[in-house]
Amino acid sequence: MIERFDPLKGEKLRVIDEAGEPLAGFDPGLPDSELRLVYERMVRTRAADAKALKLQRQGRFGTYPPSRGHEAVQVGLTSAMSRGDWFFPYFRDLGMYITLGYPLADYYHLWMGNEAGLRTPDGLNIYPISIPVGSQIPQAVGAAMAAKYRKLGIAVVTTFGDGATSEGDFHEGLNFAGVFRTPNVFVCVNNQFAISVPRARQTASATIAQKAVAYGFPGVQVDGNDVLAVYAAAREALGNARDGRGPTLIEAFTYRMGDHTTSDDASRYRSKEELQEWERKDPLLRFRMYLAKKGLWDEAFEKEVQDAATLFVEKAVAEAEARPSATPDDIFAYTYAVMPPDLAAQLADLKAFISESRR
Amino acid sequence: MIMTMVQAINQALAQEMEKDDRVLVLGEDVGRDGGVFRATEGLFERFGPERVIDTPLAESGIIGASIGMTALGLRPVPEVQFMGFIYPAFNQIISHAARMRNRTRGRFTVPLTVRTPYGAGVKALEHHSESTEALFCQIPGLTVVVPSSPYDAKGLLIASLRSDDPVIFLEPTKLYRAEKQEVHDEPYQVPLRKAAVVREGKDLTIIAWGAMVPVARRAAEAAEAEGVDVEIVDLRTLSPMDRETVVAAAKKTGRALVVHEAPKTCGLGAEIAATIGESALLSLNGPVMRVTGPDITVPLPKSEDFYYPGPERVLRAIRKLMEY
Repeated sequence: MIERFDPLKGEKLRVIDEAGEPLAGFDPGLPDSELRLVYERMVRTRAADAKALKLQRQGRFGTYPPSRGHEAVQVGLTSAMSRGDWFFPYFRDLGMYITLGYPLADYYHLWMGNEAGLRTPDGLNIYPISIPVGSQIPQAVGAAMAAKYRKLGIAVVTTFGDGATSEGDFHEGLNFAGVFRTPNVFVCVNNQFAISVPRARQTASATIAQKAVAYGFPGVQVDGNDVLAVYAAAREALGNARDGRGPTLIEAFTYRMGDHTTSDDASRYRSKEELQEWERKDPLLRFRMYLAKKGLWDEAFEKEVQDAATLFVEKAVAEAEARPSATPDDIFAYTYAVMPPDLAAQLADLKAFISESRR
Repeated sequence: MIMTMVQAINQALAQEMEKDDRVLVLGEDVGRDGGVFRATEGLFERFGPERVIDTPLAESGIIGASIGMTALGLRPVPEVQFMGFIYPAFNQIISHAARMRNRTRGRFTVPLTVRTPYGAGVKALEHHSESTEALFCQIPGLTVVVPSSPYDAKGLLIASLRSDDPVIFLEPTKLYRAEKQEVHDEPYQVPLRKAAVVREGKDLTIIAWGAMVPVARRAAEAAEAEGVDVEIVDLRTLSPMDRETVVAAAKKTGRALVVHEAPKTCGLGAEIAATIGESALLSLNGPVMRVTGPDITVPLPKSEDFYYPGPERVLRAIRKLMEY
């Protein structure tokens, strides 16, 4: 299916139109219960994101990059992943974490300013958030090389923004992937802005998906506000990766509805009109209309889902805030496998200073 | 068997790959060609293209991919062809490899060993004579290792490959084939984080590593003829540093001289001088002195001798410090 959408011709995969109407031919055919689960995940993601922003404004959270508008990409992609697959995220991936079962309390704990929140629970194949833009891409490729070497039959997924495609690591990573035919799925969350710099300033290519052509593997542009389009493309790309048919680049065309981070003010560089236009394309709204047309959504279901999301989020906040603060031991202990004597002396000196200053 | 340093490195790689299928080699020209210095010679034929991987020419990609391999339990040994070409991989090394253990509170570690030829003295092109070890020594989480003999090269490399921390393994190109030495055939480890007193003396202590160790030895022999008994500490692991051995050796003789080929300012000699100053001040008969490369770019071959510390410059410093 992917190859039916030629990025060089500007063709874009879409399953649901902006009015929530299904388009013929590409519906991934998820059962009703799965469709409702996908919607629940999107609602939870939006609720968790809104709560994070509130906590930040109350001083209970550090700088935070909001996810609003990205729910279809985040939930559509990860809903198509299997347990054995690996994920190399970037820093605006809240819905991925929720869908893959990463404890929200841990995720909050990180953004509250404690590394302990980034300790992926055992059994989950999620590498930590990568903040230096694009640097997770060659790492995801190396993981896929290892998966191939070990004959694991799994896929390795990585996400990044449109700005990351300007980084050398994007080129090096995708080039390696093409040469070694690695089981990778590269997902560019093209949200039109790298902080303030628009997509047109990152590349003169008409699409990001078409860059895959030069690396010798398929690239596809999907409507990133259409959760079923993202799901359908991801499912096919993941299957190709797991079955030894090589990597795929998926460009999810979407929009960052919030600021870059809580330290940013997006009104400095984009218009109210543009934002309003994208508000109408809200991925949750579109999927809700689709579900309603299928008889899978009504007000009662909405209330049920919203209430459950509120509970889910509040529980995570309470849990995260109840966690103990990091101690001096915590911030020294993980520098080396075995602490060098000199570092132990520095830790002892810090502790001595702390106890002296408390006296 | 009697062998050169490059042969010892090759043997260490082959033996660890034989023993542990998580160990694999990747980099530019490491496969069919056996590496530009032949450090990986024969490995491609023996272990195949899946474990001896000729990669595209991309240092950040090589190190980034190596980090990703560790996530799935492998222990890669990436080669960067010359230290002067490692800088594109700084982001991967400093921002990820060095701190992954800390970032994930121990869930993910990065047991990789980056091998790279290092140092001047071989009359090479620009960028092929770098000794920027101090750049790595300031990064928490990294282990920086430099061997000075074939025996140590094999044992330190095996210890590095078995370490659960990321190791920057710097191989002095000048020493690759400079001397042959008896090296045990079986695998063995020379412990990391442990300096060695390679020459006992009572008048003055030289602290050196890599290609400066044989330079220090020649200077010490010349000094002996003048009645000065020189002790030499081979640092071997530059970071985390074996400060105990350094300080003890400085206290023993009361005079310390650091010799390194890297530029003087913010070179590792400064850290060593500070360490000795902090811990041995009252045992000293003079300031900690340094013989280093000057604060200039390593010159091209015609003027390299102006740059490169040799035994005569070290001897001159020994005399100065003895007269202080």
